[in-house]
Amino acid sequence: MKRALFAAAAALFMAGCINSSAWAADKLKVGFIYLGPVGDLGWTYQHEQARQALVKELGDKIETTFLENVPEGPDAERAIEQLVRAGNKLVFTTSFGYMDPTLKVAKKYPNVHFEHCSGYKRDKNMSTYSARWYQGRYIQGQIAAKMSKAGVLGYIGSFPIPEVVSGINATMLGAQTINPNIKVKIIWVNSWFDPGKEADAAKALLDQGADVIMQHTDSPAAMQVSGERGKLAFGQDSEMIKFGPKAQLTSILDTWAPYYIERVKAELAGSWKSEDVWGGLESKMFEMAPYTNMPDDVKKMAEDTQAAITAGKLHPFKCPVVAQDGKDVECKGGDHLDDGQILGMNFYVKGIDDKIPGK
Amino acid sequence: MELVEAIILSVLAASTPLLLAATGELVTERSGVLNLGVEGMMIVGAACGFGGAWLSGSIIIGALCGVVAGILMSLIFALMALGLAVNQVATGLALTILGIGLSGLIGARFVGERIAPAPHLNIPGLTDIPLAGRILFGEDGFVYLSIALVFGIWWLLYRTRAGLILRACGDNHISAHALGYPVLRIRLYAVMFGGACAGLAGAYLPLAYTPFFIPGMTAGRGWIALALTVFASWRPARLVVGAYLFGAVTILQLHAQGAGIGIPSQFMSSLPYLATIIVLVLLSRARTGGSTAPAALGTVFVPDR
Repeated sequence: MKRALFAAAAALFMAGCINSSAWAADKLKVGFIYLGPVGDLGWTYQHEQARQALVKELGDKIETTFLENVPEGPDAERAIEQLVRAGNKLVFTTSFGYMDPTLKVAKKYPNVHFEHCSGYKRDKNMSTYSARWYQGRYIQGQIAAKMSKAGVLGYIGSFPIPEVVSGINATMLGAQTINPNIKVKIIWVNSWFDPGKEADAAKALLDQGADVIMQHTDSPAAMQVSGERGKLAFGQDSEMIKFGPKAQLTSILDTWAPYYIERVKAELAGSWKSEDVWGGLESKMFEMAPYTNMPDDVKKMAEDTQAAITAGKLHPFKCPVVAQDGKDVECKGGDHLDDGQILGMNFYVKGIDDKIPGK
Repeated sequence: MELVEAIILSVLAASTPLLLAATGELVTERSGVLNLGVEGMMIVGAACGFGGAWLSGSIIIGALCGVVAGILMSLIFALMALGLAVNQVATGLALTILGIGLSGLIGARFVGERIAPAPHLNIPGLTDIPLAGRILFGEDGFVYLSIALVFGIWWLLYRTRAGLILRACGDNHISAHALGYPVLRIRLYAVMFGGACAGLAGAYLPLAYTPFFIPGMTAGRGWIALALTVFASWRPARLVVGAYLFGAVTILQLHAQGAGIGIPSQFMSSLPYLATIIVLVLLSRARTGGSTAPAALGTVFVPDR
């Protein structure tokens, strides 16, 4: 008990905030590591919503703890280990940058199970899970191309990692099906969460002539700016229509709850296995927010595309995918790029007049 | 031309919280106290400022709530660092950690709420002047207040007796004490002023910059304000230049990216810190003239009674 209290106190100091329900011996303890504050209204908020849904569903059999504001890097390793030492048997680490720290702790504690979100390294006690958001971005690209009067889209990126790059490519491939000459301006803010800077980036894009804003950062600042300027935007991770009632076209909603409930049930039943789950629209791991602020024909087009992707009839990265140099990308997945190519994507498709920073 | 105007307006907005917070820290440090808790005071100011504005419906009340919150936070620092003579660096860092947690707690019930942002000035005739009109007469009140404040501080520090005494405390607290000046009380006022400015700077973010509150929304601006104070070598005039320079770097790098100009954005993001290091090196090389750090900065003072 003393040790648990000490661990909690240490975590409180390090992470700024700890939340834990009463300590009990016989319940399964499930831990969560969050990147941002639970109130970020984006990425972390959605994970927290799923945790609450999990507690609602299985609250009599489990108890959950979360640590928020845990920086990616060495600090994360300590935070994860703290949760393990506090008796958590299943730990969800919910950001890409926790990949190596999670793997390290997983090797040290073979009897504890880990679930890492959006990474690619696994072990026999470490699963990975993620969603195929690029499917949603393809739909957004089509909507954006229909709605943009200027033919210029504005894209706010966080860091040039493959997930973000594949999102930009999927957006452009979707947009090019509507308007082959569509342009995109890309601004990297080098942060997942900095409302002020995200707002500045949105302003810069709008000032430079873009009229539909999309973002791969976590706060609703860009949505708010777009609404204020009478322009259109897509939300990110969660419902942001409150911040731009006349601006939001749709939003990719992360819906982790079904997955968390399924995995915890497996843990309770003793049937947990290390897996690699990458769920698309059909898995309901993410959903599209209602299509708003667009004419009916655009809405219908979006719904048709969504249905086609869900049914597996349409793949956003269907071959041929043409890279910036004009050459076809090798088609490893039969008639579309394979998962490895999408997960490691480090090139822009033709039509993007920019280059990936650091390349 | 419209683009130039838009860029200047964005720079003004981005620089204002830096200028406000750094002005407060400059006064604090000129009195000989190093308060590293700017980020913590700012974020609590942001939470309380938004809360006040949301509950009352008034931006001015919100701003006042931010100021009061910043002062209260600085009093915690003053109690530790001045009253109990605890190490200032450690106390300041602790204040930041406390502030981040506290702001999340205070702001939890306001997350997801929206307010109308601070109104922009509109003087018929003047605001409509091409280019200069919107910049000189069309921003929100915080922008002009921050400029007036730093000018007032320049005047106080270099043109009044009170300013001379404040600087004396910062350069040699033993002499100031021997001359009969209440060093600790003067430092307390300076720390409180620093808290008020940081609180106001924090409140600026949810009241004018992005009109909603989210935990952690200061995103390191407090640390940039600290760097700015050093960059300005503790001089108000240089502080103004530095604040707008730091703001301009942030905004221009975004525009450069949007326009497809290939400067690595990571490099641009690190420029304010790089510039600060270079200034520190230049300051240490300059043996004569120039203003360096207040001689007693960060040292504990316990009066012999």
